[in-house]
Amino acid sequence: MAYLEFLAEFGSRFLDGSLITVAQFLLSAALAIAIALGFGLLKLARHWVVRGVATLYIELFRGTSLLVQLYWIFFVLPLFGLTLEKFTAGFLAVGMNLGAYGAELVRGAVRSVPKGQWEAAYALSMSPARRMWRIILPQALVIMLPGWGNLLIELLKATALVSLISVTDLMFEAKQVNSTTFLSIQAFGTALVIYYVFARFLLTPAMRRLELSMARRIGKA
Amino acid sequence: MDTLTAYPLKLDGTDVPMVRFMNVTKKYGALTVLENLNLDIAEGEMVSIIGPSGSGKTTVLRMLMLEQINSGVIYVDGRPLTHMNKNGALVPADRRYLRTAREPIGMCFQHFNLFPHMTALQNCMEGPVQVLGLTKREARERSEELLELVGMSEKRDQHPSRLSGGQQQRVAIARALAMRPKVMLFDEVTSALDPEVIGEVTNVIRKLVSEHSLTMLMVTHQMGFARDISDRICFFFGGRIEEQGTPDELFGNPKRERTQQFLSAVKSAD
Amino acid sequence: MFDWRWDFAWEILPRLIVATGNTLIAAGAGYLIAIVLGLVLALAQRTPLRSLSWIVREFVEFIRSTPLVLQIFFVFYVGPQFGVRLDPWTAGMIAIGLHYSAYLSEVYRGGFEAVPKGQWEACTSLSMSMRQTYVRVIIPQALPPSVAGMGNYLVGIFKDTPMLSVIGVAELMHAANAIGSENYRFLEPFTLVGIIFLAISLPSAGLIKLFESWVRRRIGID
Repeated sequence: MAYLEFLAEFGSRFLDGSLITVAQFLLSAALAIAIALGFGLLKLARHWVVRGVATLYIELFRGTSLLVQLYWIFFVLPLFGLTLEKFTAGFLAVGMNLGAYGAELVRGAVRSVPKGQWEAAYALSMSPARRMWRIILPQALVIMLPGWGNLLIELLKATALVSLISVTDLMFEAKQVNSTTFLSIQAFGTALVIYYVFARFLLTPAMRRLELSMARRIGKA
Repeated sequence: MDTLTAYPLKLDGTDVPMVRFMNVTKKYGALTVLENLNLDIAEGEMVSIIGPSGSGKTTVLRMLMLEQINSGVIYVDGRPLTHMNKNGALVPADRRYLRTAREPIGMCFQHFNLFPHMTALQNCMEGPVQVLGLTKREARERSEELLELVGMSEKRDQHPSRLSGGQQQRVAIARALAMRPKVMLFDEVTSALDPEVIGEVTNVIRKLVSEHSLTMLMVTHQMGFARDISDRICFFFGGRIEEQGTPDELFGNPKRERTQQFLSAVKSAD
Repeated sequence: MFDWRWDFAWEILPRLIVATGNTLIAAGAGYLIAIVLGLVLALAQRTPLRSLSWIVREFVEFIRSTPLVLQIFFVFYVGPQFGVRLDPWTAGMIAIGLHYSAYLSEVYRGGFEAVPKGQWEACTSLSMSMRQTYVRVIIPQALPPSVAGMGNYLVGIFKDTPMLSVIGVAELMHAANAIGSENYRFLEPFTLVGIIFLAISLPSAGLIKLFESWVRRRIGID
């Protein structure tokens, strides 16, 4: 009963926080996917300078911590005249960081498309861009989707860090509720369960379904 | 079926066989692999099991070492293997009982199953030291002797990855023998080998047959070899013993039609 | 616009290096917990006791799908509610160790599954007990293929230590934050932290590869 009362009083705050978390998740996921695709393909480029730029980006973002990047973007960029709102800084940092990991997924998947597929597309005189878009990427997508399932869960978890620059997400609300009530189990426990439900019962099944339908679309299931 | 059960025991006339399958049935799910198997193997006897794939022949060996049975009883050396005595009644054996009851049995596998992180010598010493409680020195002596027997002394400090298939299988035989088993099981020990090294393994088994009084049960596809060294051949078909007899009886004058078909099919494949 | 101050950077560097020591200690201690606890979690999922392995499996899933920073807060603040006060270091090590033990248990699980069935059968044929089978044969073979994954998570735990600053563990990020707010300058401390992280995590990846091949050779598998 006590917990129900707790929910009745603070439920709306958890709900508000969850909505911000979902927004952060969607925006940073979109950014991460775009970055992953861009830098993943650049890393396969023929020219070493292009490859070098991609490698630099990927290693820079994978070699340092997300929290360091987040603080840098939020506290240091303003010194260069680029002041970002905390909400924007939050999803930018998360998206750029996870995008670097995603780029490695993309690169690996593209490279594991069988060589015969490249040759067949070449034999049809397809332009490199068309070959990539029509032949290679669809197959690579199926290969990398399971990896993306895991990565998106990491991304969801990573969004909790934006609370540290005071974005009012789920994590932030849990902290607020904890500091006003000192009911730590209830406050943090509720947030843990919400993240868990989101990851395990929404994100994971959605990715499974996507994997299946993609596999079916290219005729592999 | 009764005539098969009543197959005369060993020449010395002992009544207690080394291995006795009594009405043993084994199923995998809904599939019955062996039905009501009755088979006695006398002490010192070498029995080869032949038959088409899916006939249940490997299962006969695996039941002695690795798998539970669905009904019936197996005795080894006069003691029930699958069941234990509890207040005068036979109840299914638990894990611990099974482990001790299986101690008199050694087994060699199709894919050797040597421990890859141990040298040939360490492979042989593992059981004696860990299970029998021998000192390292005793185990080393025993293992070196056995590696000598299988002709692998020189390679004793090599890891399995540095040995050929034939060499690995010989080490595996030494490893099994190091436990001083009374019964040895050979499960298609030459099937995974390149043709040119099969001889080195069969020669070791030949040597065991002629120089030692082990009871042996062998599943094999090598008809010539089985005929040479076995006291008795059992032909399995569809989860039953279709026919059994001395090598000369079974290969020279098979009585059942399925035996004839199988043997001629094998012969034409050679 | 670009006003990097070398003298300030130089001045704060010793403090950051000391904090780097703490970061490494935190990562090392957390990793030690994770390595051991991860093995326990992996083994617990292999017991024939269905209910136990199911509970452990769900626990691992739960840990893996919720944010570490939230778990750190949870461990730190839940104690006092029951009258147990954990200092930041203890709470931090428990949280990060537990979090990574869930990941490592998955690595071990893969390692266990990669051990061929024949190895188990060989152990049975030598009448080895369950304990002997695991200790002498299965675990030594499950570990080498796990080394790569274990190494990645060592780097991972290192990069996650800044989260410990939220409960006041005096590691690198905590020091940089403190320096920043004392001097109203964040450029140098945060940039240096980034450089220190790069300087440690980039070479580690290579070292781990070397270590992996050494382990495999050492154990005789290659």
